[in-house]
Amino acid sequence: MRNRKLTPYVLVLPAWTWLALFFVIPIGGMLSLSLTTGNVITGFQQTFEVGNYVNAIGTYWEQILRSLFYGGCATLVCIALGYPMAYWIAFKGGAYKTTYLLLLLLPFFVSFVLRTISWRFFLSDNGVALGPLKDLGLLPEGFAVLNTAPAVILGLAYNFLPFMVLPIYAVLERMDPHLVEASHDLYANRFRAFFHVILPVSLPGVFAGVLMTFIPTSADYVNAAVLGGTDNTMIGNVIRTQYLVNNNYPIAASITFVLMGLLLIGIFSYARALGTERVMEVHTS
Amino acid sequence: MSATFETTDRPVERKRSTPRIRRRTDWGRWYTWAVLAWLFAPIAFMIVFSFNDPAGRHNITWQGFTLRWYADAFAYRDLNEAMYNSVTIALLTMFVAGALGTLLGLALGRYDFRGKQLTNLVMFAAISAPEVVLGAALLSTFLMMNVTTGYWTTVIAHVMFCVSFVAITVRARVITLDPSLEEAARDLGAGSWTTFRLVTFPMLFPAIMAGGLLAFALSIDDYIITSFVSGDVTTFPLWIWGATRVGIPPQVNVMGTLLFAVGLVMAVVNIVAARRRA
Amino acid sequence: MHNRSRTGLDPALLRGLTRARRSPLELPGPTRRRTLQAGGAAAAALALSACGVGGQQRDPAADANFWEGKERTGNLRWANWPLYMDSERTQIQQFTEATGIEVEYKEDVQEAASFFGRIQPKLANEDDLGYDLIVLPNGFELAKLIELGYLVQLDHALLPNFTEYAGEIYRNSTFDPGNKYTVPYASGITGIAYNPEFIDREITSVQDLWDPAFEGKVGMFSDPQEIANFGLLANGVIPADSTPEDWEAAADRLREQRDSGVVRAYYDQDFIQPLTNGDLWITMAWSGDIYQQNSEEGTNLKFVIPEEGATLWTDNLMIPYTTQAPVDAIELMNFLYEPEIATGLTEYIAYISPVPHAQEVMLEWAAAEDGERADALREMAESPLVFPSEGDYQNLHNFVVLPTEEQDGFSSLFQAVTQS
Repeated sequence: MRNRKLTPYVLVLPAWTWLALFFVIPIGGMLSLSLTTGNVITGFQQTFEVGNYVNAIGTYWEQILRSLFYGGCATLVCIALGYPMAYWIAFKGGAYKTTYLLLLLLPFFVSFVLRTISWRFFLSDNGVALGPLKDLGLLPEGFAVLNTAPAVILGLAYNFLPFMVLPIYAVLERMDPHLVEASHDLYANRFRAFFHVILPVSLPGVFAGVLMTFIPTSADYVNAAVLGGTDNTMIGNVIRTQYLVNNNYPIAASITFVLMGLLLIGIFSYARALGTERVMEVHTS
Repeated sequence: MSATFETTDRPVERKRSTPRIRRRTDWGRWYTWAVLAWLFAPIAFMIVFSFNDPAGRHNITWQGFTLRWYADAFAYRDLNEAMYNSVTIALLTMFVAGALGTLLGLALGRYDFRGKQLTNLVMFAAISAPEVVLGAALLSTFLMMNVTTGYWTTVIAHVMFCVSFVAITVRARVITLDPSLEEAARDLGAGSWTTFRLVTFPMLFPAIMAGGLLAFALSIDDYIITSFVSGDVTTFPLWIWGATRVGIPPQVNVMGTLLFAVGLVMAVVNIVAARRRA
Repeated sequence: MHNRSRTGLDPALLRGLTRARRSPLELPGPTRRRTLQAGGAAAAALALSACGVGGQQRDPAADANFWEGKERTGNLRWANWPLYMDSERTQIQQFTEATGIEVEYKEDVQEAASFFGRIQPKLANEDDLGYDLIVLPNGFELAKLIELGYLVQLDHALLPNFTEYAGEIYRNSTFDPGNKYTVPYASGITGIAYNPEFIDREITSVQDLWDPAFEGKVGMFSDPQEIANFGLLANGVIPADSTPEDWEAAADRLREQRDSGVVRAYYDQDFIQPLTNGDLWITMAWSGDIYQQNSEEGTNLKFVIPEEGATLWTDNLMIPYTTQAPVDAIELMNFLYEPEIATGLTEYIAYISPVPHAQEVMLEWAAAEDGERADALREMAESPLVFPSEGDYQNLHNFVVLPTEEQDGFSSLFQAVTQS
């Protein structure tokens, strides 16, 4: 064959060009912008102003920590809801496995924004969900969910649940049924069998799921904007405001970089522990 | 993630060695259905309110059944335009990201080459980077390059974040392919293009389809990245976001319901097809 | 404080590196490698330093003879806020009938700040915006557009209706003295609205927004200027005369309100729905939205101008300098000041018309009609929300007008309250 050695490079070239031009370079561009000073009227000049970062962290550390906290909570909720579901579908779903997975994905055909806004109507103080409970006296009159931290966290968990279920499902589904059976024979009860055999095998799926939910949830701003109240601003909201409302690009870019830095540290320690190939294989196969 | 659909269903769980004496409640089933109910709750709400007949512009309290929003689904010119933009952008993304991602996935699954690790890393980073970061980075660059944001910058951004998803879906399939089939084709005298066209491509097609559909779904649903790079182009999610400020017309619920229906049809087709295969 | 020396890079060094980079390959052998390295470093440094976003101010003097030789094109593109004209676009149809000019009307302005963010790069690039006429409120964005020189100076010879019919208060605003760049489209009052289903006492004061009895049921606006005004009014300060010390005090007052738990959330514009369904009992609100909600849905929301006063804002028509159809745009501006046209517009949007004469016209229409529409028209013509009296105007305050360099500080001060 002619030029067989070149083939992979030719295949990779278009995608690489695209990713380099519109992903790698922009990240560099944002780094550059984060070091400028100025305003919309005078323009932004490159002054290598590292103070932007000090400024950004000093002003917004609270929102950054809150975002990581909300993201973490939402991820835990996703595990709590998603793991048993993935387990049940993988082992008990039988002929309907695909059907269940599709049911899981169906709500996501409806636009992300629309789904979240729907929650706002759903959760209103005297709305479909809380109204009847209050009428029955099961909840105090002043009880509210909308515009609180739990509303934001549940909204985040809601919007990213499939990203947790699918990777866990993928790992469990690939498990050798004989292994499961043997474990039941080997261990006296189902819980021990689960903790000694099934859980360890499924951990890479959980890891991948955590990655796929924690990152987008902690950087989201739609849920906090739609479902949040006075003290639920996430760092995504700040980034959006600084870019699109205040046009304060240097600060906006520095906050974005801080956020990315924090998340990257997490990702790379993950990837180190598992190997990038493996993490990626798990959450996509 | 939609590559998951391809996993073949295994025969139903084998019989236990020790026969069960009494039937236990299948808590897993209840749990799964409860979570599904939670997932569908706001959707049900949205669908119900697409049949509501509100007096003013705020479609929030039930005031009677009507079908007129379905008859009048396209009353808002701007909303139609937004939907049209969303669909065309998603289609373009599907084709471009589909093509680029397929080639990339093929290379990653089949060949060893210099820079493979780096490629994996970049793809991984592109998938894991939060949307806010991607949107902000692109906007920063467009601003500095004096590129006016609009329709095409949106397409560029969507292709960028979808290409890795397609590549991974395709790669997963390539790895499982039997190379001997292609070798056989070559032994029979087929050139590499012919081999690709007649042997490799058809075998990859389900994965390419899955990847393409995934790209379509990701693109049409995207709000965050789009809000940064869309300039004065409005997509469906952007329009809804804007409309929340003044009251969302029932037509939005209608369009949401129609989108949902499309998903439902696709799901049913998928299930029927799976049955037939089985 | 942002001078170059802080970066630790000597400008001469930078220049040297730049020069070296230009022709690295022509240099003789031994130094080539080092030169290449230096070149690489320089390229990286250059790449970083070349990236800035250029200064964007235009020289308005270039527009001295702007109107000379400009002619009607027959096509006009207009960006306005959603629901700021009825869905039949009655006024546009009338305009097209009267002048033959076709209008492409887009409801593209959803938020002043992000709209500004969208158009600003285009204006800086001298690209066509896709609009010949836009509508923005008297806020920071308008001040920036004027300061950047992005708006066409209006030729008042082409605005005879404005000269004849515009109300006194709309002629010489603090934000655009002499209507050099803008004419009002509609005005509104930011006051307090409450739902009497949940509140059984009369609301009269800005202080009611701080009342602990309404814990978790108070809505405030997230816009820095709007919320600042209410913090100032609560402290007894007239917004237009406020000083930086007043702003600090107002921000503290608002922070205290937030921390006491009375505020449910900070709203952009979507306060009506929560106010109707009881998520909010009392909120900062815009007059026209409350009027519309009551008349369309039969709700009984109350709108009050508190005793401390409220604010009056104005959405303005303006022409970006990249316009393709300035004459058509100014003709439309003029057309909207015909009393009959202004009345029709007011009937739908329920905001204050800059043409006071519309009140008389509306009453004439009411007399000529009968049935529901006559009642609705009469009710509107008599409503102080749509046609404030002289006394009401005394109690309506303007926003503080700030030069652009003070705007960022002002915004951050109040965003620290709303985005905590």
